[in-house]
Amino acid sequence: MLRIINGEVYDPLNGVNGEVRDVCVADGKIVSEAPEGKVIDAQGMILMPGGIEFHAHVAGGKVNAGRKMRPEDHREMPIPRTPLTRSGVGHTVPSTFATGYHFAQLGYTTVMEAAGPPLGARHVHEELNDIPILDKGFFVLMGNNYFVLKYIAEGDFARLKDYVAWLLEATGGYAIKIVNPAGVDTWKWGRNVNSLDDPADTFPVTPRQIVFNLARVQQELGLPHTIHVHCNNLGVPGNAQITLQTMQAVGDLPIHITHVQFNGYGGTGWGDFCSGAPELAAYVNEHKNVTVDMGQVVFGPVTTMTADGPWQYRLYQLSGHKWVNSDVEMETSAGIVPYRFSKRNAVNAVQWAVGLELALLIEDPWRVFLTTDHPNGGPFHAYPDIIKLLMDRDHRAEVLEGVHRGAQKRSSLKDLHREYSLFEIAIITRAGPARALGLRQKGHLGPGADADITIYPKAADPKEMFARPRYVIKAGEIVAQDGRIVKDKPGRTFYVALGYDRQIESAIRDDFEKYYTVSFENYPVQFDHYLPHRVAVACARE
Amino acid sequence: MQIDHVVCAFCGGVCDDLTVTLEDGRVTGVKQACALGRAWLLGHSAETGQPPALIDGQPASLEQAVEVAAQILSQARYPLIYGLSSTYCEAQRQAVALADLLGATIDCCTSVCHGPSGIAMQAVGEPTCTLGEVKNRADLLIYWGSNPAESHPLHFARYAVTPRGLFTPRGRKDRTVVLVDVRPTASARAADIFLQIKPGRDFECLWALRALIRGLDLEEGAVADTGLTLAQLQDLAGRMKSCRFGVLFVGQGLTQSRGKQMNTAAAFMLVRDLYAHTKFAVIPMRGHGNVTGIDNVLSWQTGYPFGVNFSRGYPRFNPGEFTAVDVLGRGEADAALIMASDPVATLPRVAGQRLAQIPTVALDTHGSETTKVAKVIITTAPAGISAEGTIYRMDNVPLRLRKFLPSPYPSDEEVLGRIVERVTRLRGGTAVRREA
Repeated sequence: MLRIINGEVYDPLNGVNGEVRDVCVADGKIVSEAPEGKVIDAQGMILMPGGIEFHAHVAGGKVNAGRKMRPEDHREMPIPRTPLTRSGVGHTVPSTFATGYHFAQLGYTTVMEAAGPPLGARHVHEELNDIPILDKGFFVLMGNNYFVLKYIAEGDFARLKDYVAWLLEATGGYAIKIVNPAGVDTWKWGRNVNSLDDPADTFPVTPRQIVFNLARVQQELGLPHTIHVHCNNLGVPGNAQITLQTMQAVGDLPIHITHVQFNGYGGTGWGDFCSGAPELAAYVNEHKNVTVDMGQVVFGPVTTMTADGPWQYRLYQLSGHKWVNSDVEMETSAGIVPYRFSKRNAVNAVQWAVGLELALLIEDPWRVFLTTDHPNGGPFHAYPDIIKLLMDRDHRAEVLEGVHRGAQKRSSLKDLHREYSLFEIAIITRAGPARALGLRQKGHLGPGADADITIYPKAADPKEMFARPRYVIKAGEIVAQDGRIVKDKPGRTFYVALGYDRQIESAIRDDFEKYYTVSFENYPVQFDHYLPHRVAVACARE
Repeated sequence: MQIDHVVCAFCGGVCDDLTVTLEDGRVTGVKQACALGRAWLLGHSAETGQPPALIDGQPASLEQAVEVAAQILSQARYPLIYGLSSTYCEAQRQAVALADLLGATIDCCTSVCHGPSGIAMQAVGEPTCTLGEVKNRADLLIYWGSNPAESHPLHFARYAVTPRGLFTPRGRKDRTVVLVDVRPTASARAADIFLQIKPGRDFECLWALRALIRGLDLEEGAVADTGLTLAQLQDLAGRMKSCRFGVLFVGQGLTQSRGKQMNTAAAFMLVRDLYAHTKFAVIPMRGHGNVTGIDNVLSWQTGYPFGVNFSRGYPRFNPGEFTAVDVLGRGEADAALIMASDPVATLPRVAGQRLAQIPTVALDTHGSETTKVAKVIITTAPAGISAEGTIYRMDNVPLRLRKFLPSPYPSDEEVLGRIVERVTRLRGGTAVRREA
C-alpha cells in the first residue's frame, strides 16, 4: 500500500484541477483510503495519471526493419545495462527494452502501437512483450485488406462486421487502423489514389466507402476505440481538403484522424506550400464526433515509417535517402525512409507550425492529443519540448523567430496566443487518450483506476518538469525515480473481447487458402503465448 | 496419430502445411514435405540415446553441465555466443539476454550467409514483399546466385513459379523465370532463360543492367568480362522494365562471392531503379530455418541484426570486428557457447581450430563436428518437433512451431534460462529478465 500526500493533483476525468489531495494505492489500484504502508510526501510536486502514448510505432516488422537499417542512428544513444535493466540503443528507433524504460522515465505508462499488419501480429506481440513496464495494445491495419474490400464491394455488411471481429481476435489487436485506404492496394502495382472516389484495384471500392463502412462496423461492434485513420494524400501540398472530405464522409459517426499535421496542408505545390490548419481546426471545433492527434514535427533526425507505401516511395524520391518497402500479401504495405526536419527548410518550418496551430486552434483539449507519430514527426522523447511550446507563448515566439520565415508567413502560428494550462496538458497526454481509447481504468486517479501515477517536481520551466518526473508509479509500484529505472517488470496487453458469427471462418476459408501462403489454422495468434499478460476490454454493442 | 498443419523448421521456406504421423513415439510418416524436411522430421525420435550432457566426454547431469557452462562463461574475458539459426525466437531471446549479462559477443549464421544483404540494406534500403505477393502477382522471377531446387525444394511450387494466385490464375503460364548463375544448377530446369555469367562478375552484370534500365548506351566491350552479351543484358533489362510485377531472388552466390555487400547493394539499387517503370521486389533466399528470427530478435533487442558486442555494457555492431569468424580467427574469443549450428563444420578451419582450443559449450539436438571439440555438450529438444516457439519465414512472416513429440531433453530456452540464472547469481546479481 502507498499513500501520496500533499501533492497538487491534476485529474481531469474527475474534474480535479490542481487541488492538494492525497492519492492512495492498494493492490495496483487507486483506492480511497490506505491506512498503512509507504508514504510519499509530494509537497511542492504535481501528480498526474501515467501518460498514455496514443499513437507511436514501437513494435513489429516495420519498426524492426527501421532499427535494422539505421546503425548510424543507434550510435547516437547507447544505453548501458544496469543490474536491474537490459542494455539497448535509443534515439529515433530505440530497441524494445530502451523503449519501455525511456517512456517510463518520461512518466508514460501505456503505449499503443499504431499500425500492425495482421500477418505480422505475432511479431508485434513478441516485441510488445519485450517492451518492459508499459501496458500496450496495437491497431490492426485493415483499410486495404482483401476481405474488407471484398465485403464492401459485395455490399455484405454483416460479413464485413464478422470479418473485422474475427481479425481482431485472430491478431490480438485493439482497434481498426486505416492507412491511405484504397491507395495502398493500388500501390501493389506501383500506383496510388488521390481522391476519395478513386477505386482500389483488387475490388472497385473507394476510400470513401472503406472509411464509411469501417466507421459503421466500429459502431456496431461497439469497439472501445473509433476507427483510426491515416488519410489519403499524406504529406502532400493541399491535402487538408481530402482530410476534410474524409471527416465529412463519415457524417456524424466517430472518427479519429491521426497525425493530422501531416494531412493539414494548403497550397498547390512545394512552392506555395502553406498551412491548412485553420480550416481543419474549424471543422473539428464544429464536429464533436472527430478526434485528432498532433503528429508534431520536431526539428532533427527522424525515421519515417508507415503502411503508406506510395507516400514513402515519394519521400524517397524527394529525399534520396535509403528506402525500405515491404508489401504484405492480402493486407497492406510498409515503407521506411530516414529523414531530417530542418529549421532552415521552408516546408519543414511550415510543417512544424501546422502541428502547433492545430493544437492551439482546436478549442476542446479532449479531442486533440499530443503525439509526434513517433518516429515520423520526431522521437517521443521530445514531448517535454512540445509541452513547453504549448504552455509558453513567449518561448514559442522565440523559437518561431529562429526557424525559416515561411513558418510565419504561411501559417497563423505567430497570431496564436493561447497557452495550455497544466490541466489541459493532463488532458492531451492522459485523460483524453484514455477516453478516446475506451480504457476506463486509465488516465485518471479515481478509485478503481490502475495505479499509474506520475509525480513531477514543480518547476517554472515545463520542459524541465516534464523531462524528469520525481516518481513514476506503474500498477502501484515505483518504476522510475529521478530519471532512473528502479523496477523492471512486464506490462500487460489490451485486446478486445468480441462475439461474432463463427460462420465467417468458412466464408473466408476458400479465398484464404487460395491466396495466402500460410495455412488458415496457423494464422491466428496463440493468446497464451503472445499475450501472456492480457486484459480484455469489453465492447458495448449497440 | 496424425498431426496436420505442421510447420517445418528446416529451411527458410518454412512450409506450414505438413502432415506428420506418429507411432510409438516416433515420426513414421511425413506428407507435403520436401526431401530435406522429410529426412529431418523422420531423423528425430523421442529417444536418441544421448546422455543429457557430457563434460570432457564423460556423461553428466543437466545440473552439472549448466554449472560448468556458467563457470566457463562467467570466467571468460571475451566470450562468444554463436549459431542460433536453427532454434526458435524464445530461445534466441534468452541467448541475447545471456550475451548482455556476460558482456559477450553474439553472432549468428547471418554473418556467413546473408550478412552482406543486411549491410546492403543498411546502405541503400530494400524494396521487398512477402512470398504471397510473389504467388499472387509476379509475372517475372529472376533467381540470382540461388539454387532453390536444392536449397528450398518446395519454393517453386508453394510460393513462386507454379502456384496460381490472385492475379496469376494460370500459374506457371503467367510467369517468366530467369536463372542467373555461374553454372547450370538443378534450378535451371525450372527456368525459361538461363544466363551463365563469369564467376566474380555479378556486380558488373548488375551495374550494366542498371545502366541499361536508366537508358544509357553501353558498348559491347563494356560488358565483355561478364560472360553475357550486350544483347542478353538488353533482353533481360527489357523484361524487367516491361513486366507487371517482378521479383529478384538473391542467394549466396551473390553475397559470398567477390564483391559481397557491393553485389547485394547493386541488386537492391537495381530493383529500386525499376520503380520508375514498374513494380518490383527483391527477396534474399535465407537458408536455415529461423535465421530470419535471430536477425529480428537481435534487431529489436539491440538495434543490430548480427555481429553484436556487449563488452562496453551496451550493444555495438561492426561486421569484421564482432563477427564469429573474425573473433575466432584472430584468437580473441577465450570461451564460446555454440547452439543450433555447427561452426566447426561450416566456418573456415582457423575458426574451428580456435573452438577446439578454448572451452566451448555446445547445445545441440544431436552430435556434430562442433560437439566433437566441445568441453561441455548439452542435448536439447529439436525446435518444431519437441520444442515450441516462434519461427520467422525468410520473408519475415512469423509462425508458431509446435511440439508434437515428447522428448527427454530440455528445450534450448530452458537450458539458456538456467545458465542465465546461474551466471546472474555468480555475478552477485538478483534480478534478471526471465519473462518470455
